[in-house]
Formats: sequence, C-alpha cells, structure tokens
Amino acid sequence: MSTIQPIAGTDEQHPDVALVARVRGGDVAAYDTLVHKYERQIFRIAQHITQNREDAEDVMQDAFLKAYEKLDQFQGNSKFYTWLVRIAVNESLMRLRKRRTGKLVSMDEDVQTDEGSVPRDFADWAPNPEQNYTQSELAEILKKTIQGLPQGFRVVFVLRDVDGLSTEETAETLGLSVPAVKSRLLRARLQLRERLTRYFGRRAPAIAQANAASGGDGAEA
Amino acid sequence: MTCTEFLQILDDVIDQSIAAETRAEIEAHLKKCGHCEVVLNTTRKTIEIFRCHEIYEVPAEVSQRLHTKIMDRCKKAR
Repeated sequence: MSTIQPIAGTDEQHPDVALVARVRGGDVAAYDTLVHKYERQIFRIAQHITQNREDAEDVMQDAFLKAYEKLDQFQGNSKFYTWLVRIAVNESLMRLRKRRTGKLVSMDEDVQTDEGSVPRDFADWAPNPEQNYTQSELAEILKKTIQGLPQGFRVVFVLRDVDGLSTEETAETLGLSVPAVKSRLLRARLQLRERLTRYFGRRAPAIAQANAASGGDGAEA
Repeated sequence: MTCTEFLQILDDVIDQSIAAETRAEIEAHLKKCGHCEVVLNTTRKTIEIFRCHEIYEVPAEVSQRLHTKIMDRCKKAR
C-alpha cells in the first residue's frame, strides 16, 4: 500500500501552477501577473510568424484572451507557458492565412530544402563581432538574417534557442515530431550561422558586402 | 570521426548532451579540423547573439494599451 506515487511535479511545483489556480478561483489580478510575465515572448513568437507588427499585436491580445476563456480546458499536464504558446502559434497562423486570403498556411512550409544543411563558409568570426555595429544596425542584421529562413525553421529556432523550451516542448507546441524538431533546429542554426558569417566573418568588409549582395550561400551547390 | 559525423551530432555538442565516451572523439576531431571548430564556435555564438538581442521589442505604450484591453475584457468575461 506504500507504492502510491506522488503526482509528478508536486515536489517542485512551477510557480505558474499556483497563479493558474488563483485565476480559476476568480482572481483576475493573478492573470495580470501571467500576462506581464509572458507578453514579450508571445509578442516575439507572433512577430516571427506573421512578420507584421499589427498582426503581432492582435495575436498577442487574442491569445491572452483566448487562454483566459479556455483556462478550464488547460489540463495542467503541460506547462501553462507551452499551452499559451500553442494558442499564440495557432492564432498567428490564422492571421497569416487571412492575409493570404485563405491560402493554406502550415508549419511545414518551405522546409523541403537542402539549402544551408552543409556549412560552406569557414571564416572565423572576430571576438564579439556584434560590437562592430550599432544596436540598430545589429537589430537590422539579425532581423534580415532570421526572416530569410523558412518559417518552419524560424519558429523552431525561436522556441528552442531564444525562448529556451526543450526539444519535447517545442515538438508538442508545434505539433511536430521530436526528430522533425531536431532536424529543423540543426538546419536553422547552420543557416543562421552561415548568413551571419557574411557580417561577422574575419575578412575584408568589401568582400563581405559583395557576398551578401550577391545572395551568398547556395549559389554553388 | 569525420566532419559529416561531427555535423550529425553538432546539436548535441552544443546542447551538451554528449556521452562521455564520445567527448574524447569529438575533442580529437576538433584538434585536427579547423573548419569544424569554426562551425562549432560560430554556431554557439549565433545562438548567443539571438538570445541576447531582442529584435522585436514591444514599445511600453503598446504593451500598456494591450494590457489594459486584455484585463478589461477578462474582467467583463467573469
């Protein structure tokens, strides 16, 4: 009779569990705390998918409202955050579909490419290469670099490497298999690295600019 | 270890989920292969740069506006 296992996770309960319980009990201020905690991440993921500021603002608002309304359906066997992200991802894809007047939009778009799966540029980077650019220049470079990735790679990279979700959580959030997440993550990382090398690689700036202007990698397969 | 084999486990190397016995092999490969060493270091740096620099900042007034809207609607929904 002593084999009853404690419910998984009760030992180190995630702080969100208590907040969610309070919201369920009618405490709107507790939801305020959750919105504050995750608004930046939700806005970020919505921006990365929709690539449109207005849409991202709408997605953020709708995702938090939907999560609030559906809170009774939240099972608690996943983290509140991954559940929230899943809602935001779906809302973002819906927005995108609207913009493209009903054209099907999915996480599998443009992933059937071998581009960038093998490194080509082996120029080393200067130490702290980002310091050679102003904050706004750097933001432009990073934006341009990540926007060039297929959406299905971009979103995996952001959830896994920027947000710090685990591979399993990323898979669950996006409705992908773990091997699919792994393969997309590797290719996203390699493609971003290759593209950033154009800016951060140790070589004459003129050459770097010429390479970047000509479209760089993928030219000679 | 070949470069192709190294590339196949690059993510595990970065995420530090490598078995101890493979670690020595990796180190030996990196010692003799400058290209793979560059790929490893610059991929790590790529992740770090994206992690440390927020590209899509929410302006404070936008955040405040959205926040008020969300909370108003939540209160009404009760």
